[in-house]
Amino acid sequence: MIADLVISLVFIGYAISVLMGFGTILTWVERKQAAVMSDRIGANRAYIRIPFTKVKLVWWGLFHGMADGLKMLLKEDFKPRTYDWYAYAVAPWVVFTPVLLVFAVIPFGGTLTPAALWAPLGEWFGDKSYPMQIATLDAGLLIVFAFSGLTIIGAMLAGWSSSNKFSLLGALRAGSQMISYELVLGLTVLGLILIYGTVDLDSMVRKQSGTVLGVLPAWGIVYQPFAAILFLTAAIAENKRIPFDLPEAESELIAGYFTEYSAMKMGLFMFAEFIEIAVIGALFTTLFLGGYNLPFMSDAGFAFPGGAAVAMPHGAVVVTQLATFLAKVFVVCSFQILIRWTLPRFRYDQVLTFAWKFMLPLAIANLCVTAVAVWWIRA
Amino acid sequence: MSRKPHVRKRYWNEPVMGWWERAYLPEILRGLAITGGVFVRNMLKWMTGRKGALTTYYPEETRWDYAAGNRGKHVLTRRPDGSPQCIACNMCATVCPAKVIEIEAAFDPSDSAHPKYPVRFEIDYSRCVFCGLCVEACPEDAIRMAKEVPDLPADDRWTMWLGKSELLDWQPQADVAKPYPPRARTGDGA
Ligand code: SF4
Ligand code: SF4
Repeated sequence: MIADLVISLVFIGYAISVLMGFGTILTWVERKQAAVMSDRIGANRAYIRIPFTKVKLVWWGLFHGMADGLKMLLKEDFKPRTYDWYAYAVAPWVVFTPVLLVFAVIPFGGTLTPAALWAPLGEWFGDKSYPMQIATLDAGLLIVFAFSGLTIIGAMLAGWSSSNKFSLLGALRAGSQMISYELVLGLTVLGLILIYGTVDLDSMVRKQSGTVLGVLPAWGIVYQPFAAILFLTAAIAENKRIPFDLPEAESELIAGYFTEYSAMKMGLFMFAEFIEIAVIGALFTTLFLGGYNLPFMSDAGFAFPGGAAVAMPHGAVVVTQLATFLAKVFVVCSFQILIRWTLPRFRYDQVLTFAWKFMLPLAIANLCVTAVAVWWIRA
Repeated sequence: MSRKPHVRKRYWNEPVMGWWERAYLPEILRGLAITGGVFVRNMLKWMTGRKGALTTYYPEETRWDYAAGNRGKHVLTRRPDGSPQCIACNMCATVCPAKVIEIEAAFDPSDSAHPKYPVRFEIDYSRCVFCGLCVEACPEDAIRMAKEVPDLPADDRWTMWLGKSELLDWQPQADVAKPYPPRARTGDGA
């Protein structure tokens, strides 16, 4: 009992530190990547001086994120005289919390057997093993959609309670845009559910560790390349980032639904956005890129297409899986940042037209083709 | 009241999208390939120890493309014996449009040729506009401007006041046409 609790706490701590770490690092990565993409150097002036010495640690500008966070904490928390201060105060948290909660069902590693890791642990844990995931739920993917739908409420609350027309416009845009793309997101994933026959994310990952056609890893992106593109697009639109950043379009709406927010409340909105990049990366990795496994790898070790198999000790497997997951998530995040700094913003009618007249039919077509193909193969 | 619906004006040279552009995804991928290519190219440069940016990292780096006649830091020239050539006539301070030159004159009876000399000669670089009028105004060729820019960026403006000693001791080597100290006058008007 206590052992289960300890393991759960360890997993929760790991997940939260991963998300916070990604949120912080991504602010830096976004700056630096944008700079390198456009022949610039990027922010690199903030430094930490080792006390009583002249040694300045610059570390490629990593400390700019800390400086920004500190600035946001120390700034005046300006509150508009709004008629609904409660909704105003609660809105950032309503945006921020679901983003963290989504990560609860995403598996960030295979199975952990403490006894196999280190013999003395076996006395305490017995021969129990734990899937590396905070909440082992059968309804994994449904939970993801349930929680990510909640962020709309936060954006709407923020815009409505600010008593500001820019905010209200931004909130309306956020609402209609996010609901439209939520639909596309759901439909694209349905194809994968048909193929894998489950909504449990961990078993989805396990089913991706085989091979298809002999050589290719059986990743979701191999089965459903089209759905992968649609999913990523819809997910970026969900996250309200350029080219879909209409709800907060600076040039039109100042900052959209969080115009009236200042200091750390505004910081929460920003931070939620960056964490959501990581969460989207994690989801995409889990659904389409084989999750925490390297190609041809499973909990037992590698099984290469030629028939060669390499068994790995449990500790090595765990470490490889954790590292692989982080690396894949990072690559997807970086790709999202590449998109953000490449494409110009849509016009608002284009955003909705794109969702309803372009992506939705494509998603449905993809689903139909998948359904027919799955039926054909099973029959 | 009925209003005609707005019809957007069509221009003769309006860009027309073919079916390839309309398909959207290929063009998006092309754009991503361009930016991604720039990223990879610059990143490779950074990782092999070269500079992958066009930015000049001021003030640690100076730009290589300053013009030959760039008006940079002021130089007070010296006589062969090392004393400043300035006679504290205040012409430069008078002509200076930004009013940034401050000169305090003093009397030196031992040098009968140039009894007046500056004890204090200060330029406030936080306000100087580098117009070069002071150089033009000086009757003694006592103040010049070197091509090199001064290493000025600082946290407060008081360190941007440069005094006589800094202006005298700054010895740029670049100017071969006008050597320091200047050649002695020959007296034939040259
Ligand atoms: S360069 Fe112009 S502004 Fe600067 S000290 Fe000379 S006269 Fe004044
Ligand atoms: S620098 Fe030239 S113009 Fe200025 S006070 Fe000295 S002699 Fe006169």
